[in-house]
Amino acid sequence: MLLSLEPRGQQSRAMLWLSPLLAAVLTLCSGALLFALLGHAPLETLHTLLIAPLADWYGVSELLVKALPILLCALGLAVAYQARIWNIGAEGQLLLGALAGSAMAIQIIDWDSRWALVWVVLAGVAAGAAWGGLTAWLRTQFNANEILTSIMLNYIALNLLLFFVHGPLKDPVGFNFPESAMFGDASRLPLVSEDGRLHAGLYLALLALVAVWVLLHKSFLGFQIKVLGLDRRAAGFVGFREKRLVWFALLVSGGLAGLAGVGEVAGPIGQLVPQVSPGYGYAAITVAFLGRLNPLGILFASLLMALLYLGGENAQMTMNLPQAITQLFQGMMLFFLLACDVLILYRPRLKLKWAQRKTKATAEALA
Amino acid sequence: MSNSPSVPRLQLSGISKRYPGCLANDRIDLSIAPGEIHALLGENGAGKSTLMKIIYGVTQPDSGEIRWHGEALKMRDPAMARSLGVGMVFQHFSLFETLTVAENIALAMGAAAGTPKQLEPKIREVSQRYGMALEPGRLMHSLSIGERQRVEIVRCLMQDIKLLILDEPTSVLTPQEADELFVTLRRLAAEGCSILFISHKLGEVRALCQSATVLRGGKVSGHCVPAECSDLQLARLMVGDAEGLESSYPKVSGGLPRLRVDDLSWHNADPFGCHLSQIRLEVRSGEIVGIAGVAGNGQDELLALLSGETRLPRSERERISLDTQPIADLYPDARRKLGLAFVPAERLGHGAVPDMSLSDNALLTAFQHGLLSKGLIQRGKVRALADQIIQRFAVKTPDADAPARSLSGGNLQKFILGREILQNPKLLVAAHPTWGVDVGAAASIHRALIALRDAGAAILVISEDLDELFQISDRIGALCSGKLSPLAATAETEAVEVGRWMAGEFAPIPTTTSAPAATAAGLS
Amino acid sequence: MDLDLLSNIFYAMVRTGTPLLLVALGELICEKSGVLNLGQEGMMLFGAVIGFIVALSTGNLWLGVLLAMSAGMLLSMLFAAVALGFNANQVATGLALTIFGVGLSTFVGAAWVGKPLAGFEPIAIPLLSEIPLIGRMLFAQDILVYLSFALFGLVAWVLLKSSIGLIIQAVGENPDAASAMGLPVLRVRTLAVLFGGAMAGLAGGYLSLAYTPMWAENMTAGRGWIALALVVFASWRVFRVLLGAYLFGLASIIHLVAQGIGLSIPSNLLAMLPYVATILVLVLLSRDAIKTRLFAPVSLGKPWQPGH
Repeated sequence: MLLSLEPRGQQSRAMLWLSPLLAAVLTLCSGALLFALLGHAPLETLHTLLIAPLADWYGVSELLVKALPILLCALGLAVAYQARIWNIGAEGQLLLGALAGSAMAIQIIDWDSRWALVWVVLAGVAAGAAWGGLTAWLRTQFNANEILTSIMLNYIALNLLLFFVHGPLKDPVGFNFPESAMFGDASRLPLVSEDGRLHAGLYLALLALVAVWVLLHKSFLGFQIKVLGLDRRAAGFVGFREKRLVWFALLVSGGLAGLAGVGEVAGPIGQLVPQVSPGYGYAAITVAFLGRLNPLGILFASLLMALLYLGGENAQMTMNLPQAITQLFQGMMLFFLLACDVLILYRPRLKLKWAQRKTKATAEALA
Repeated sequence: MSNSPSVPRLQLSGISKRYPGCLANDRIDLSIAPGEIHALLGENGAGKSTLMKIIYGVTQPDSGEIRWHGEALKMRDPAMARSLGVGMVFQHFSLFETLTVAENIALAMGAAAGTPKQLEPKIREVSQRYGMALEPGRLMHSLSIGERQRVEIVRCLMQDIKLLILDEPTSVLTPQEADELFVTLRRLAAEGCSILFISHKLGEVRALCQSATVLRGGKVSGHCVPAECSDLQLARLMVGDAEGLESSYPKVSGGLPRLRVDDLSWHNADPFGCHLSQIRLEVRSGEIVGIAGVAGNGQDELLALLSGETRLPRSERERISLDTQPIADLYPDARRKLGLAFVPAERLGHGAVPDMSLSDNALLTAFQHGLLSKGLIQRGKVRALADQIIQRFAVKTPDADAPARSLSGGNLQKFILGREILQNPKLLVAAHPTWGVDVGAAASIHRALIALRDAGAAILVISEDLDELFQISDRIGALCSGKLSPLAATAETEAVEVGRWMAGEFAPIPTTTSAPAATAAGLS
Repeated sequence: MDLDLLSNIFYAMVRTGTPLLLVALGELICEKSGVLNLGQEGMMLFGAVIGFIVALSTGNLWLGVLLAMSAGMLLSMLFAAVALGFNANQVATGLALTIFGVGLSTFVGAAWVGKPLAGFEPIAIPLLSEIPLIGRMLFAQDILVYLSFALFGLVAWVLLKSSIGLIIQAVGENPDAASAMGLPVLRVRTLAVLFGGAMAGLAGGYLSLAYTPMWAENMTAGRGWIALALVVFASWRVFRVLLGAYLFGLASIIHLVAQGIGLSIPSNLLAMLPYVATILVLVLLSRDAIKTRLFAPVSLGKPWQPGH
């Protein structure tokens, strides 16, 4: 290999933040290469993917609409991942939030007061938190690995949602389509502006952003979470209650994902449908890592991810590329990020130079 | 200096090795003759491990020459070293617990082993010949530490061994087991095998070794014949002219009992662990109690029960009490509130979080001392505390933002100890406080402990290092197989007797409460 | 319940359990060497889609199988490069592999959804396949199922009897000691990961070429994750992996049993059963934390580099 890696001795602060950027750039380059191989002009395709969706205000508002659920989920995941609690269940927690919120909305479909919305949102958050809590319970009580249980719960949540949308929650006057009745206006999230679909979920997301930042960077609870994640033994040594922290992290991340879910059905969609989420919960995993588990980084990474979603839809419509291109890019980005992260602890050296130096050193030693 | 007429078996000339941040070996020369027992002396951090890795082929030197039987060669990897007849017994055993003795040996021998079944009679024969009987079918995790070391040694003996390297072999043995090991080693040497004995214990080196190379700070500070050198001369070679080395501290008798462990028995659910039975212990204010013992005899279990990482059910909370307050069911933070402080055996990964800054690590145990306000961290106060620790205890570090893992062992230990001392504890429990620490830092740690004692705190030290315990503790005992020997005043006992206790030769402590407690109460 | 129904249930149980068995065997070897590869779904799906495309385009089913295995191995090479070569966090790398593999397979297979394919047919061994109750299950399966029996035998022999198995176990338990003894830890782990990739690819190929000869997005439906749970459930012991795979297969076809008894339960609720069963099993078997620790390879999932 031409490249050799030499340990730096300590973390490079510069690379900590350059690495995600480098990963994004490498992803785009690989994408361009892929398009070229498929017979599409690379630059044009990248334009369709990344620039075209933002051409007008409507595009930007759509970007924010798509970014909101991803941001909320990713914030929750950041809290869990800081503690090395690998919650993969954001998708299921989101779906359950959507399901519970919809059930509540259908129940109070005739309400007029704005309290309807409050109840709907609370139902969604509570359901998402409970679903996360289920994972916490399985881990603290039974030592069951949270990666596997949370993924299983994703599949269960999806099937629950499908069951309800095909059955009990199906709109009786809806021509037998698997979707619920449209929610009453009082249960819908109000729009932020008249153009576009950007809704009040924006405020909730910003609130969540600030809250998570304070939690992780300023509060002692956040410190306990970080210690648990970095060094479990030390956490036990000083008496941090691991079980409580596991519950807290999973309730918070489940609650935020549930909020994302109910935000989708009470916001842009307006009813319960089978396709509530095109994989936002999984996208949030990539976003959490890309943003370095830091609320600000996650904000930018969510916007980038939302752009990829929009771009993927755009590419499908205008260039007939499969929509899975979004997921493909997600996976590539995460891979490149993990690979680039090696540069944080290691310095790359061209092997040619290294070999030259060694021969020089040996020559000097013999002289 | 041993002048061997024949060609030396192993000769190192000018060996150097650099790691990022330090020069581990600096132009080292070493020579070992056939059948010679040669000591490699030096304090922790002197470069012994690195040199040994180079000889065994685990690492390559940056410069210098290795000659084997006079021929220059490059020791490419351990397999090559083994094929030449070099065997290595590691300090931290490289054994596989879930495999049997025979399987472990088979792995090390590679293709030469045959099947484990073919190997078994050979193992029995070799191990018996050298007085280290082993049962090949036993699972490694069921063996005691002394037995595991035998497997490491027998593993080397199974090959045509010409040079046996032992890295601090007696650190895990009782004094009696160490003597038995020396008998085996002398026998090996008599048969022509060279032995490289790495150690920092002067008494053993003098008893066993014919010649010695002393390392200090990565360089050779001298060669000598141990039998012809005094302790002082050897110590000078190892640590230079550093002052205040072998300080002796006056022994005191303590005041009121502060920590009381009352008939503590604990069943360990972990099959690899040790059970505790009927531990009775009392540590008084203003005294240091030392508990000796080879690792694996219940130290970890006892420490976990004292720190609060393991808790007893509420019905048994009286088993451990601090100033008559039962604490055995309390979490670590509640115990700290009552005045307990704790320095665990492992610095990184237990006592300090390696990737967190020193500031954050100060917060780690001191968070109940005014560093929080309404659940939020007062960064300024935390920083001030960290700076105070660094200054008071002479911790060498650029600043309080440096990550804990960037500190040397000695400096990190000083920081951890300092952090605990600045919390003004009533009781300090310290496990292996100077393990792996350079001699300068070790001395300052001892001084800090004595100062804390003189200020009235009760201190409990658990350590494998008998010399250290005799230096600093006022009373001493030993832990063996989960049982604690009676404590004796250090001034009234000696290493041989404590060595016997470490091997389990003591009568259990009588259950009746002794009169001195009543007398002490009467004095206050 | 009559004998015929039981025989059919056992037959279906083995068929359904086969992809689980294949993936779990691969991941077992991988985990024994100390590496946790969560990317099974991605590798399976990629194997499925490549196998399908190749088989449909060339008309050669076996070529499809071969390329399915290669596809799985290719993706696992990515994992090995990042998690072993660059020493990245294995959990995150495995997740990345899943996300990438799923996306890649959907992308590549977009034009092939719904196309029909004549897949592997069952081959009944005369006489043996007529044994009541177990005859169909063991001797009337398609060739890939027979291959899975053979692979089980191979993996069992390697782990229990061979010296390679000893080396794998040593590397997984104590990579520092293994390295100090001169064993090539990273090379052993890389080969284990590649083997796992090939098995996952083969399992995917089985799905798209034999089990339900077709390609559909996400057709693995979480089997990769269930197989991971299976390895935990089996306490990393190879015979239990076999047992577990077929038990889970049983859980997946419970609707057959329901039909047989005459129950009618909504399909979505029945579809949840394998996932609920997985959770139950994990709960039952992880409860004893100490025992779990006893069997799990000690260094599982921990990044490791030589010479530190």
